[in-house]
Amino acid sequence: MNVQFRPESSASVSIETAIADCDIHPARATKDELYPYLAKRWHSHLETYGIQAYHGMMEGPPYPKAQPNASRRDAWPPEGGPQGSSLSFMQKQLLDPYNVALGVLNPLASGQGLRNQDLAGALCSAINDWQIEKWTSKDKRLKASIVVPNEDGVAAAAEIRKRAGDPNFVQVLLLSRNVEPLGQRRYWPVYEAAQEIGLPVGVHAFGFGGNPLTPSGWPSFYIEEMVGHAQCQQTVLASLVLEGVFERFPKLKMVMIEAGFGWAPSLAWRLDKSFERLHSEVPHLKRKPSEYIRDHVWWTTQPMEDPERRDHLFQTIEWIGWDRLLFATDYPHWDFDEPSRVLPAGVSEANREAFYLGNAKKLYGMV
Amino acid sequence: MTSPIAGGVDCDLHPAVPHLTSLLPYMNDYWRDQVTTRGMTDLVSQSYPTHSPISSRPDWRPAQGKPGADLADMQKQALDRFGVRFGICNPLYGVQMVFSEDMQDAFCRALNDWLAKEWLDKDDRLRGSIVIPTQSVEKSVAEIERCAGDRRFVQVLMLVMGDMPLGKRAYWPIYATAERLGLTIGIHAGSAYHNPPTSIGWGSYHIEDYVAQATAFQTQLTSLIVEGVFARHPNLKMVMLESGFTWLPAYLWRLHKFWRGIRMETPWVDRAPLEIVRSNIRFSLQPVDAPPDPATLNRLFDHMQSDELLLFSTDYPHWQFDGDEVLPPGLSPDLVRKIMIDNPFATYGRLQAVKETTP
Repeated sequence: MNVQFRPESSASVSIETAIADCDIHPARATKDELYPYLAKRWHSHLETYGIQAYHGMMEGPPYPKAQPNASRRDAWPPEGGPQGSSLSFMQKQLLDPYNVALGVLNPLASGQGLRNQDLAGALCSAINDWQIEKWTSKDKRLKASIVVPNEDGVAAAAEIRKRAGDPNFVQVLLLSRNVEPLGQRRYWPVYEAAQEIGLPVGVHAFGFGGNPLTPSGWPSFYIEEMVGHAQCQQTVLASLVLEGVFERFPKLKMVMIEAGFGWAPSLAWRLDKSFERLHSEVPHLKRKPSEYIRDHVWWTTQPMEDPERRDHLFQTIEWIGWDRLLFATDYPHWDFDEPSRVLPAGVSEANREAFYLGNAKKLYGMV
Repeated sequence: MTSPIAGGVDCDLHPAVPHLTSLLPYMNDYWRDQVTTRGMTDLVSQSYPTHSPISSRPDWRPAQGKPGADLADMQKQALDRFGVRFGICNPLYGVQMVFSEDMQDAFCRALNDWLAKEWLDKDDRLRGSIVIPTQSVEKSVAEIERCAGDRRFVQVLMLVMGDMPLGKRAYWPIYATAERLGLTIGIHAGSAYHNPPTSIGWGSYHIEDYVAQATAFQTQLTSLIVEGVFARHPNLKMVMLESGFTWLPAYLWRLHKFWRGIRMETPWVDRAPLEIVRSNIRFSLQPVDAPPDPATLNRLFDHMQSDELLLFSTDYPHWQFDGDEVLPPGLSPDLVRKIMIDNPFATYGRLQAVKETTP
């Protein structure tokens, strides 16, 4: 995770066994790269008013990253443009050397989390078209995520249904921080549509929903935002469980992306213990919270939990289930997890295969 | 079941204020008049609705009135029952919820005087926490100084969900005062509800708020560590009360990893987060958010990599355990002694001082 500069990184490691990378972030090479997919009305809107999210900055994040675009310093494409914006360089630096058989694209600057819902809808639809044209149609290893105007459930569901049956897409993507916790009813049309077209819903750490980043207000530092993704994600998952989302949508599968997984056992135990006492408040739940989590939730691995002792890691994974983890690198971001170094020695061949590839193929319907 | 041993310290007891009117004798004319002419209602926080199952164990719930309001009940059900030498009172009356710092200050003063007179004066085993009006740091410092002369106050009490993250520099005079006067800072579950109770907004349910308390402790711990509170106050002890603790190992793995990666942002953090937690942070025992299975629990204790972090607590009268099962099953006698006696005395300087001067 601390490796920030590797001049020969694309050639230094080669992996013989195929892997799935379940969190890749594609970027736009130029500001107007989306214009072909957007109505003219939005071109002038963007030039005049820009993008207005649920925070005050017209450009860039409210908590400055630790490096440009939070990306590896060796990930600038030789032809120019930001990190993650060149397919050929992504192939050279990531897909080929690491033998990526399945790469799941999760566009972050997508139109999600905007205050203007019409603009959000137009941008998300454009990004979905752009993912096909620029990425998945040009490299069959890559699969796209359907991004949606998350605060407008009806429009989001329409965008999901529009993509039904399109093999370019393998999941629906939400961000973790929204106007309300993700279990709330305004988001249910997303889950209904995803269940209907048979795709899992990924929740990627990040975004701004207008709420302070802690229940005690706004913190000072980028590290607090980063570490805090784990707390936001726990709250997202608690909301999904306690609102009865998995009771209402029994075939729904959810993926917790880039927020860690080590916290899951403790959260599940706390939910179960509280549920024992307070179940009369949530009679719509028919099972223990931990059972919904076990049946409905998957986790991407990056940034990998990194305890001093590997037996602590293995015990934690056993509490969660070896069949529930999906390897991810987070390319091109700075906290990239190198596949060959992520999993310590001492894992069975079957678990290793499930961790790096098998679970993802099964979840994303690639078998 | 693991049996408690005599002579311990119960670090989290909740004496209940029967009603806002119970504090009137401890207010001046102006505030008595404000409370009565404005028809103010009782300050019960949504964090602990009086009749919620977690607010009281069923067999500890009195026929009338609020759980925890009666000293004789507390003696019989907690202090005598578990044979403790000291019990620390952490009043959770909702004085932090009001928005006027003047009113909050008046209510905190009344609450602290009420605690001393109606509880500490009546049982030698009881010790108190000073509740402070955190909206005003100046008034908080004054209230700590006003109460600290009474050595039975061993701690300053803050809520885990307040106005700002607790590491913010604005709060540091509170920590300096506590350190100077030999008081710990106790941070208890509960919200002033001045911010939404989760980092992603308002949920729908009481159970959601309660589950979220643990995540609020996590964000506060990050704030306290990365702002540099313990670089400035290396001897200050902070106690997380009713926080849960099974989240700690995985939380620290993540914090440590990011700290290693981007420590250039907070260069004043002079030690690794894990090391800071080991030297400066303690956790009350209850609630134990884990299955009642000794093998799992002992793994968790192993993941914590220290036997000095936990302090015995009943969380009386909250419903965290049944019968006498205040200690989770499978603890070694050595760990029981540490949790019940050694760790609390090592944490609370003012208790240690009493221990050293009396047999």
